[in-house]
Amino acid sequence: MSIYDKYEVIIGLEVHVQLLTASKLFAPDSAAFGAKPNENTSFITLGHPGTLPCLNEKAVEYAVKMGLALNCPIRAYNYFDRKNYFYPDLPKGYQISQDKKPICGAGFLEIEVGEETKKIRIHHIHMEEDAGKSLHDQSEKYSMIDLNRAGVPLLEIVTEPDMRSAEEASIFLNSIRQLIQYLEVSDGNMEEGSLRCDCNISVRLKGTEPFNNRAEIKNMNSVRFVRKAVEYEFKRQIDLLESGGEMKQETRGFDANRGVTLPQREKEMAHDYRYFPEPDLAPLHLSKAYLEEIRQAMPALPHELRQKFTKEYALSAYDAGILTETKEMAAYFETVVAHCPHAKMVANFMINTVKAYLNDQNISIQEAHIPPQKLAKLIDLVVNDKVNRQAAQKKLFPQFAKDPQQDPEKLAQTLGLVMEKDDNFVLEIIEKVLNQHPDKVKAYKSGKKNLFGMFMGQIMRASGGKIDPKAGKKLLEEKLKE
Amino acid sequence: MEINDKLIKKLAYLAKLEFDDEAKEAIKKDLEQMIGFVEKINELDTENVEPLIHMSEEVNRFRKDKVEKLIEVEDALKNAPLKNEEYILVPKVIRK
Repeated sequence: MSIYDKYEVIIGLEVHVQLLTASKLFAPDSAAFGAKPNENTSFITLGHPGTLPCLNEKAVEYAVKMGLALNCPIRAYNYFDRKNYFYPDLPKGYQISQDKKPICGAGFLEIEVGEETKKIRIHHIHMEEDAGKSLHDQSEKYSMIDLNRAGVPLLEIVTEPDMRSAEEASIFLNSIRQLIQYLEVSDGNMEEGSLRCDCNISVRLKGTEPFNNRAEIKNMNSVRFVRKAVEYEFKRQIDLLESGGEMKQETRGFDANRGVTLPQREKEMAHDYRYFPEPDLAPLHLSKAYLEEIRQAMPALPHELRQKFTKEYALSAYDAGILTETKEMAAYFETVVAHCPHAKMVANFMINTVKAYLNDQNISIQEAHIPPQKLAKLIDLVVNDKVNRQAAQKKLFPQFAKDPQQDPEKLAQTLGLVMEKDDNFVLEIIEKVLNQHPDKVKAYKSGKKNLFGMFMGQIMRASGGKIDPKAGKKLLEEKLKE
Repeated sequence: MEINDKLIKKLAYLAKLEFDDEAKEAIKKDLEQMIGFVEKINELDTENVEPLIHMSEEVNRFRKDKVEKLIEVEDALKNAPLKNEEYILVPKVIRK
């Protein structure tokens, strides 16, 4: 047993979700990603004297949706505060955020860790505006400031320190990403920074109660980085403690190139944000009717669909998980099942064949433009023993996907894939194959029974996949007994 | 509350201000007066009084999520003491 086995890691996350609004949180300039530097600003965003912020109603709606999905009570009366600090990419000298009365109170998210369900508690969710972007590596002398991002609406989801492994942290982040994509409140694109997180990490001896001081790893924009940072911190902190050192509360950055965390230069004096209520914004008073309206408009969430798929369609938890990865895939599956009520067969076909095709083409189910009714027809051919499953997967579907407007049955006929029901046709092929291998037939009859599979393979191939394997197998068995 | 040099130093740091000793003494005096005033008010018993946070009765002042382009890049950069065609420039704020 190594010393590392004696410790456990404690992880809490602060997840920043960039909301998918058209305009900014308090100003009408575009919140879109990818514009030319400083293209999307306004005198409000720039913090000019005399300008006033005005709250984007969509951002509030999105915050409520997120809160409901994470089982949080929505604080009917809530308001904004100013968080005061100076930094060049923060034009006003304060960030408008929520401190005392955030919009969403304590909730939780259940995540699937292996076979188990684990509850990760949410401390609260609040709304705030994003800061601009500083580029430090473009010039020797200057930092360059782009304020397009300044004022873009964010939700900050703060968890309790409930995660106990890098694995759990990455499952949590992926579940959050899936949820925000279902709710359509953010695109969840980590590369573009729509989903970022700060990661609080500490270690303690297993079986002990109090938490040790933690390191806060700032601003990570990839699940892989979070995983690596946790693994690195786990070892670093244990090594430090075991060598008699003391863990101090500190802020660190993750160096993606080297896979290490490094201390960020600490200010000589501790932060003091001097929060106070934002006097330029009216408080929010969300009515029951307003909250109910949003609740009614919520889509079914991933865990609800997973449950439905395992209960109503008798799918395995694993299959249900794959088919609910995206809202679009889940909806597509349900439409196909509505036209071809053999849910298990549809699930298998979609997971093994359709998804493989989508991955291969690197497109989504919408981008494939396959009418679900047509796919249902194609799968029906297999259900009704008209085309054998292998032929449907390997030959019929790839041809069909090239032009998914065509009729699957006609295509199967054109490709000669419709199975022959006529026993004589099957027998003819069996005889042909057996005649080609008289020595193997002899060997089989004298006890080498494992040759059966070889015969079947040859027969299926010779028929061009037009034989129902079950019927073929039965006839072959009879023939070999003669 | 005692207004000492340590507190002045902290406030100066947070407000990013620099001043000489003479100014410091004047600031100290001003602060003592202001904080003394607030401490006087603090003597009132406000136990069962809800804090008044917003002066107006108004709630839910919303704006529709609509994009409007109010200014161009040149306007955005106009007041920056240092700039190029695209960015506002500031003295380097991190050391690598």
